[in-house]
Amino acid sequence: MDRILKSNNLTGWLLAAPLVLVLVVFLVIPVIVIVIVSFWQTTEFSIVPAFDLGNYEFLFGSAVTYDVFLNTFKYAFLTWAFTLGIGFTVAYFLAFHIRSQTTQIALALICTVPFWTSNIIRMISWVPFLGRNGLANSALLSMGVVDHPLDWLLFSDFAVILAFVHINTIFMVIPILNTMMRIDKSLIEAARDAGASGAQILWNVIIPLTKPGIMIGTIFVLTLVMGDFITVRFMSGSQSANVGRLISNDIGLLQYPSASATSVVLLLTVLVVVGGLMRVVDIRKEL
Amino acid sequence: MKKNHYSRRSILRGGAAAVAASAFPAPMIWAQDIKDVTLRQAGTGVSAYNEVAAQVKKDLGFTLEMTALDSDAVTQKVATQPDSYDIADIEYWICKKVWPTGNLQAMDVSKIANYSKIAGTFIDGKLTPDSVIAQGTAPHTVGFVDSVDGKTFAKAPTGWMTLIPTIYNADTLGIRPDLIGRPIDSWAELLNPEFKGKASILDISSIGIMDAAMVCEAMGKIKYGDKGNMTKDEIDQTMAIFTEAKKAGQFRAFWKSFDESVNLMASGEVVIQSMWSPAIAAVRSKGIACTYQPLKEGYRSWGGGLGLSSKLSGVALDAAYEYINWYLSGWVGGFLMRQGYYSAVPETSKLFMTDDEWGFWYEGKPAQGDIMSPQGQIMEKAGAVRDGGSFQERMGHVACWNSVMDENQYMVRKWNEFIAA
Repeated sequence: MDRILKSNNLTGWLLAAPLVLVLVVFLVIPVIVIVIVSFWQTTEFSIVPAFDLGNYEFLFGSAVTYDVFLNTFKYAFLTWAFTLGIGFTVAYFLAFHIRSQTTQIALALICTVPFWTSNIIRMISWVPFLGRNGLANSALLSMGVVDHPLDWLLFSDFAVILAFVHINTIFMVIPILNTMMRIDKSLIEAARDAGASGAQILWNVIIPLTKPGIMIGTIFVLTLVMGDFITVRFMSGSQSANVGRLISNDIGLLQYPSASATSVVLLLTVLVVVGGLMRVVDIRKEL
Repeated sequence: MKKNHYSRRSILRGGAAAVAASAFPAPMIWAQDIKDVTLRQAGTGVSAYNEVAAQVKKDLGFTLEMTALDSDAVTQKVATQPDSYDIADIEYWICKKVWPTGNLQAMDVSKIANYSKIAGTFIDGKLTPDSVIAQGTAPHTVGFVDSVDGKTFAKAPTGWMTLIPTIYNADTLGIRPDLIGRPIDSWAELLNPEFKGKASILDISSIGIMDAAMVCEAMGKIKYGDKGNMTKDEIDQTMAIFTEAKKAGQFRAFWKSFDESVNLMASGEVVIQSMWSPAIAAVRSKGIACTYQPLKEGYRSWGGGLGLSSKLSGVALDAAYEYINWYLSGWVGGFLMRQGYYSAVPETSKLFMTDDEWGFWYEGKPAQGDIMSPQGQIMEKAGAVRDGGSFQERMGHVACWNSVMDENQYMVRKWNEFIAA
């Protein structure tokens, strides 16, 4: 008895049990239910248990599905590129140019201030700004930069990406800043002593050591963007779609099995993407 | 409890008998019970006003909690969560969709005091004895069932109503006359390239498809057998025309909730779009010109009513009947007619409107004085005439009703593709 209790195995399992339980109840079971429902049939007002591939057939048989997935990747990639560029720059500035730790913490906190309000509010506040008669267009017109209002500022892919970048940049800044803060400054001094230029230090020392932070930020941003539907709906004026909108439209029209099938495909896609990222950088090893 | 309920009920109907009967203690107990009742009403935003809840508290003593959602969300709630609401304030096409789930219970018309005064449109479908019934899900076709738990709709009026009708209207396109600067008289104008990037249509499939059909028919591109019940082929053709227009950049945005349509129009992002009457009122009360343009092809009409959750019983059910009777007794009708709807019981609503208001909204006469919105803001100056004219002129030119078709499943998927395309 004593031996069993002291065995590392059992203690390990017991320690993990609460988390496992929570994950099983709130993650594994719902996902299983979604997979099951995706094979069900649907009528106008009810869903019928069945094993029917119809939902998947319709999904893969429609050219719109492929466009929508392509669009989802486009949004994800562009948002990732911009958030990475901005996030890395901000984190770099905070980590290497601000000497005092107090200022560093204060500035990092300031980065989070906009996130004290709901992301929907932050997103919608762009609408009056970017509109045909909005602030941006009036400013451009009065400065004489353009002679008629720019329509593509709002209800366009530009607006969608802008809102995504605005909402998600913080998820890049924080993990990258976190890894940068842990870089041993003597490594940079050593590189400098060995005659490396600023660009060389950045490319050969800082970026490789920041990889885990970049990767965590990437996973955050990609999964958030690929699963989003509300930003796309509002900022494109319902004109563009990503997979999330496809699912939310289905749910709105009571097509639960079809929504489940789309969710399963989206889930697999995101898992493949994240799995691929994990192969590039082993986060656990690097942390 | 049951006994009290009947004594109270007959008092209400008896009218004069009430004075005599109030000497008995039973209704008193009942009256106190009912003050503790809270009725939860879920509906589309068009009739959810705090003023209504306040008036319920004042007149009936119990609490009415209102949740305003978009049509699809209400449909979903009514179809899947009967415990989450007591009263469903929905449209007749939603009723057609959700009735088979069994989450609503039919209402006994003998308990509805003003049943005989309900407009003919909701009883036998006829506005006047010789009027032709428009295409689509006309309210009377889904207005009755055979018994309290009947699942199929009755062909003729029975004693059991699915929804008690409250308001209805004839919808058309809203335009910004100041930004268009020329007369608009056809649904076809929605896809006129002149308005490229400045048009919008609503993204609620059952309503949007009808607007789309009106447009395609007006353009002469499609001849429908029955717009209210399209074939797969007709659905494909309709969606193909709209998808092409969408790809060509005709639409600025699609809207789903009433306030989105107001913002699109008021900000000038859009100059022509599907619109609802209170949205027009909201744009105008900002001092922006906006016309609810009558079109030669006719109107797309809708009707709304109150349904009871199947879970309602006992004192809450009594309160719900009480509420519905109150709803038809005129105050709400008058209130909602001031935002451009028609009350299903016009006679009683008239009592709660001034002659000038009645003349403006119902009879299509020029306003004598300023016309106020339900909230008391000036909407129209003296001399103004309602767009489209009188009740007879507007409701007499209904081309179709919002619909749920036999091929609804297919239509919904095609609509979803159109939105995503």
